Amino acid sequence: MADMIEVNDLIVRFGEVQAVKGVSFRVGTGENFGLVGESGSGKSTVLRALSGLNPDWSGDMVIAGQGLTPHRSRDFYRRVQMVFQDPYGSLHPRQTIDRILSEPLLVHGMRDVDQRIARGLNEVALPQTARFRYPHQLSGGQRQRVAIARALMSEPEVVLLDEPTSALDVSVQAEVLNLLADLQQARGLTYVLVSHNLAVVAHLCKRIAVMQGGQIVETITAEDLRAGRTKHPHTAALRELSVELEEPEGTAA
Amino acid sequence: MTALSTYLSRDWLLSETPSSRTHAAWVRRYRGWLQFRGNGLAMVGLITVIVMIVASLAAPLLAFQDPSAQDLAGRLAPPSAAHWFGTDELGRDIYARILYGGRVTLGMVVAVVLLVAPIGLAVGCIAGYFGGIVDRALMRLTDVFLAFPRLVLALAFVAALKPGITSAVIAIALTAWPPYARLARAETLTVRNTDYIAAVRMTGARSGRIILRHIVPLCVSSVIVRVTLDMSGIILTAAALGFLGMGAQPPLPEWGTMIASSRAYILEQWWVPTIPGIAIFIASLAFNLLGDGMRDVLDPRQR
Repeated sequence: MADMIEVNDLIVRFGEVQAVKGVSFRVGTGENFGLVGESGSGKSTVLRALSGLNPDWSGDMVIAGQGLTPHRSRDFYRRVQMVFQDPYGSLHPRQTIDRILSEPLLVHGMRDVDQRIARGLNEVALPQTARFRYPHQLSGGQRQRVAIARALMSEPEVVLLDEPTSALDVSVQAEVLNLLADLQQARGLTYVLVSHNLAVVAHLCKRIAVMQGGQIVETITAEDLRAGRTKHPHTAALRELSVELEEPEGTAA
Repeated sequence: MTALSTYLSRDWLLSETPSSRTHAAWVRRYRGWLQFRGNGLAMVGLITVIVMIVASLAAPLLAFQDPSAQDLAGRLAPPSAAHWFGTDELGRDIYARILYGGRVTLGMVVAVVLLVAPIGLAVGCIAGYFGGIVDRALMRLTDVFLAFPRLVLALAFVAALKPGITSAVIAIALTAWPPYARLARAETLTVRNTDYIAAVRMTGARSGRIILRHIVPLCVSSVIVRVTLDMSGIILTAAALGFLGMGAQPPLPEWGTMIASSRAYILEQWWVPTIPGIAIFIASLAFNLLGDGMRDVLDPRQR
């Protein structure tokens, strides 16, 4: 399996503060890679540097054999897309769903805009009646589906997921995660998933990197994590915390 | 015929599931209109503005006299059936001059707005979106213009050129754009770092496209509101320039000029300067009411 993403010694600074201190990882083609950590551990910053939204980084990043520079080409943005955390903030408030979905197609000069949008809505299980609505007329889960459809419009190979379910209801979270898993199966996508929720990451990803203070402290498989075969104390602490949070519900039921 | 009536039906305009982009846009406009219509004062403003504009455009039909026909025998006549608003110091019909003057005054206002709003929007959005050195350069330029007292700069500018309507319009525009640039910049700064703009950047679109298609539409509504509220200020500046002899030149009827040329008669023949004054007052007030109503509908922060 060839590596789709290769990150070596990535450093990101915000002024004096070093938010990411030399992070390295590899993601194979068609693999799901998870990044977990507490807020402030630098996991989202890694994703932003990878996506090209934050140009102030140093180190080596390679996607599909191409070295990345701070400025990305249009072709890069066709192949790499991102789904944002907050579905209430990631859709333009004055544009219809149709307009939001057509934008990537127009920028990349793709044909069959009409059919592609209809197909895109189908793929994320949104009704065609949603097409000419505004984002504020949709629920959080529906909005996140629109955001996912938008990310897939340009037929990317890599999708970066920045806490894609953390702003959603628990019941909707599972739906969106299953949708993401189905889409990956169908399209052979490569995912990098950032989350603070171990359960979400373990559900979707086989390999998980745990971040603390801007560094990856441990890379672990989902099975090892579930079984509690952790090596680093921080991983164990995070795992215990998520088990503790789930336990009271279990005992109450 | 059937097609037209379905398009104009209330159901079509209030549809929850629009069938095309244009349809969706019309639904949004109609909802805005319903909200605006609920505001009584704003409707008064809107109707007054429409009546004034229509009356100015239809001046040749509504005025019974030539606005520059002099009748020295009947000068400074009080309002009567023949002269509804009386006559001025040269015996010209004030009613006719108010109607024709509306063309000049309101025309100047429209010209200023058409010049000012695009410039302010462009400068503000570009400065706000790019930030850094572009922002600093454009905003210091804005500050320079903002530092001059409005009327004084306009006066100096008109005095340097030749007094007249064109110079007055350019002079007012020159002093009126900085607030729009600041407004558009502030608005751009609030949306620049949002996820939806980040998502647009992730399509690989060029900066020009992002600004024009995604940022400007968000700034336009607050600029429209500001423009409507500023209309009264522009009317007053135009009238002030006219009053000081730097705007429209006699015998062209312009409300400010009309007050200026008849100010000597304010005690004995009060209606001569008062009536154009009332016209200015009503126009300013109407635009202000309209602007307030528009803000309620358009301002995204009040949603």
